[in-house]
Amino acid sequence: MTLEGARERFVRTGGIELCVAELGDPEQPTVVLVHGYPDSKEVWSEVAARLADRFHVVLYDVRGHGRSTAPAPLRGGFTLAKLTDDFLAVVDAVSPDRPVHLVGHDWGSVQSWEFVTTGRAEGRIASFTSISGPSLDHFGHWIDARVKRPTPRRVGQLLGQGAKSWYVYLLHTPALPELAWRGPLGKRWPGILKRVEKVPGGDYPTASLRSDAAHGAWLYRDNVRARLRRPRPDAYAHAPVQLITPEGDAFLSERLYDDLDRWVPRLTRRTIPAKHWVPRTRPDRLSAWIEEFVRSVEGGRPGPQATGRHAEWFGGQLVLITGAGSGIGRATAFAFAEAGARVIAVDRDAEAAARTAELSRLAGAPQAWAETADVSDEQAMEKLAERVHREYGVLDVLVNNAGIGLSGSFFATTSEDWRKVLDVNLWGVIHGCRLFGARMAERGQGGHIVNIASAAAFQPSRALPAYSTSKAAVLMLSECLRAELAARSIGVTAICPGIVNTNITSTARFAGADEAEEKRRQKNSARLYGLRNYPPEKVATAVLDAVVRDKAVVPVTPEARGAHLMSRFLPGALRRIARVEPKL
Amino acid sequence: MTTAVGSELSVEWAGFRRVQRLAYECAEAVAARLEPGVTEREAARMQRAWLRERGVRDWFHLPFAWFGDRTAFTGFRVPLQFFPTDRALEPGMPFILDMAPVYEGYTADIGYSGSLGVNPVQDRLLADLEAHRELILREVRERRPLREIYEDVDRLMVRQGYANRHRAYPFGVIAHKVDRVKQRRWSPHLFGFGTQSLKGLAADALHGHREGWSPLWSPYRFSDHPPRPGLWAVEPHLGFRGTGAKFEEILVVTDSRDPGESAFWLDDDLPHVRRWAEDK
Repeated sequence: MTLEGARERFVRTGGIELCVAELGDPEQPTVVLVHGYPDSKEVWSEVAARLADRFHVVLYDVRGHGRSTAPAPLRGGFTLAKLTDDFLAVVDAVSPDRPVHLVGHDWGSVQSWEFVTTGRAEGRIASFTSISGPSLDHFGHWIDARVKRPTPRRVGQLLGQGAKSWYVYLLHTPALPELAWRGPLGKRWPGILKRVEKVPGGDYPTASLRSDAAHGAWLYRDNVRARLRRPRPDAYAHAPVQLITPEGDAFLSERLYDDLDRWVPRLTRRTIPAKHWVPRTRPDRLSAWIEEFVRSVEGGRPGPQATGRHAEWFGGQLVLITGAGSGIGRATAFAFAEAGARVIAVDRDAEAAARTAELSRLAGAPQAWAETADVSDEQAMEKLAERVHREYGVLDVLVNNAGIGLSGSFFATTSEDWRKVLDVNLWGVIHGCRLFGARMAERGQGGHIVNIASAAAFQPSRALPAYSTSKAAVLMLSECLRAELAARSIGVTAICPGIVNTNITSTARFAGADEAEEKRRQKNSARLYGLRNYPPEKVATAVLDAVVRDKAVVPVTPEARGAHLMSRFLPGALRRIARVEPKL
Repeated sequence: MTTAVGSELSVEWAGFRRVQRLAYECAEAVAARLEPGVTEREAARMQRAWLRERGVRDWFHLPFAWFGDRTAFTGFRVPLQFFPTDRALEPGMPFILDMAPVYEGYTADIGYSGSLGVNPVQDRLLADLEAHRELILREVRERRPLREIYEDVDRLMVRQGYANRHRAYPFGVIAHKVDRVKQRRWSPHLFGFGTQSLKGLAADALHGHREGWSPLWSPYRFSDHPPRPGLWAVEPHLGFRGTGAKFEEILVVTDSRDPGESAFWLDDDLPHVRRWAEDK
């Protein structure tokens, strides 16, 4: 069906015929993709297509699934030992001389853990990427540890995973699962996937779903009870492992992998905000991580080496930051760079943007680029978006940070002043959201937009009418956009910093003041901000945290948090503060 | 650079140059002996022993050593955190050695940055320090108020993408005056600082307070005065994420009207200056 250009063949092993599909150049490193339950190899079609031009991609239908034949009798035909025989037969056929890079999802990952921990396959596996499928042995030890030493937290973890495993108990009942799958469940399953798991429709699942699901029930019956009761004591991985954990997995708790370092000496952790079926919902991210991991292992390194905060989350992601030539934008670029993200630093000052990109590479970004654009210039932004999408791809995170300051009485603020501040602070954000957000939504693989608003968005002040208005608009825009994009798994965050030590003061306009007076006020406010000395790095940390936790509104600095609270509970007091004219 | 102004002065400067060279020699010798596992305390002790063997008996301050993210003073809140800890050196880690020996009555205060093996971030920081050395000298010759020079250095750091880490020093100083110290048989120290030197600094502070200047070069109002003739140990300190780099050396300020002689670096033959020359 969907595996375009695949070369198919059948591999015989132990009385079974396995349907094996190959894509790409066999001279390249071999990547073997193993599917889960209830699936067939076609679950990988999107990922395989993305990897095929760089790797020799091999997929096979697990016995009893898709176009592979089923063992007879079914009972006892799906043990991990037999699945290992199948895997070794496939690998011997497609890559007899070189070890393969293994990728498994769901039950594909569960059985791959067996391959990567059993001595029989040692030397045949170069690396293993595990997605949503724990080793039954590790799982057994995990349960064991929690039953034997039941602290309240551990009991909670046990009960949590116990509740998530409801379907495993059901699959152990005789005949019923088969009846359900061949009857109503099989019919409704595509609809359920779409509604609950947000899996896009199209040609997945395949026509073989009902028999795949019915046969696959024996995967559970033949292995789960036996292994959980008596887990192997020597289930150590003999290859580097990349663990990709979907955060919103309905079937597996993230806590399952807490003790994994004990079993895997060379472990790289990744976290992705998605549900269980990531090969369908996040093929771009997945194939990028697989490629990065395979390349680093082929290059003799155990895995990518970003060490910054949330590196397991942002590694390899594409992040664009406007106003990245200084202040909060630059610090944010560095924070993302440290987390291993690919950074696009945009600023109207070309030199400053180039500097940010250069230091981002030093800080740990695998790639970083500088782009020059004025966010208030619609055409320039359109050109930028076009260039970015063509050369670097669709963004994973967009940070609309560029902004300018404007202070002074409402009556001293000319319409030209107003236009300028709204053009940058509001229209810049609108252009960014529109041009980059649209492509993000269109791609349908999630993402995040961060808009840097300000505490002035909820703290009125007689000194900052235009600036506060622009920032309040950004705050509301973010909230509305968040509502609209929620259905597309794109988060939108408004960050509201208070007084942060950046150069916004030395470029700010003071309406109604002559040039000398403006210089004086710029200098004095810069000094005040310097004395306050809240570092932009802390705002950058807040940005990364907000993306990871998908927060809506994040006030940063104590005064911003105070004002945020007061705007809700003591708005009158806030209004009285607004009347005070700050002396500069 | 012109150094010969008055014979008395040049004898004095030669004394300061001698001790500054000695201190940098010590830094290079200790840096060459650093290896994985050596702790900050051990590195500080090595500096102390090396200098004591060569006749140093008193200190402006005892030797410091900072490893890893402590080179950028990450998380420093109280001055006690400057003192050496049991942090062990690892391959690729940046380090800074900072010492201020008194030798034959002359004081030096130096800072030496390096790394165990390759550290591209610190290399970049060190290279970018050159612009600060030039900026400081130029603006001191222009007789700009110290507070303004401080702010210009700050701005340059921000433009370069770095954080100002000398702000973490006591009073946020980028420099302080150094002077001759009386040699005593007994030279105790207080919180790591030699009492003789502290006495000199306090006397300067008192005089300065009356006359409107300060021996501390800080971002605060008390530094809002033109450069004061004398010897200043200047120590711009850059930080980038968890990596820091600094140099520290003596800047001579005189009351000469000739700009070239009104201020100059005491010695241009120092490790960081040689390094910049080599890179060109």
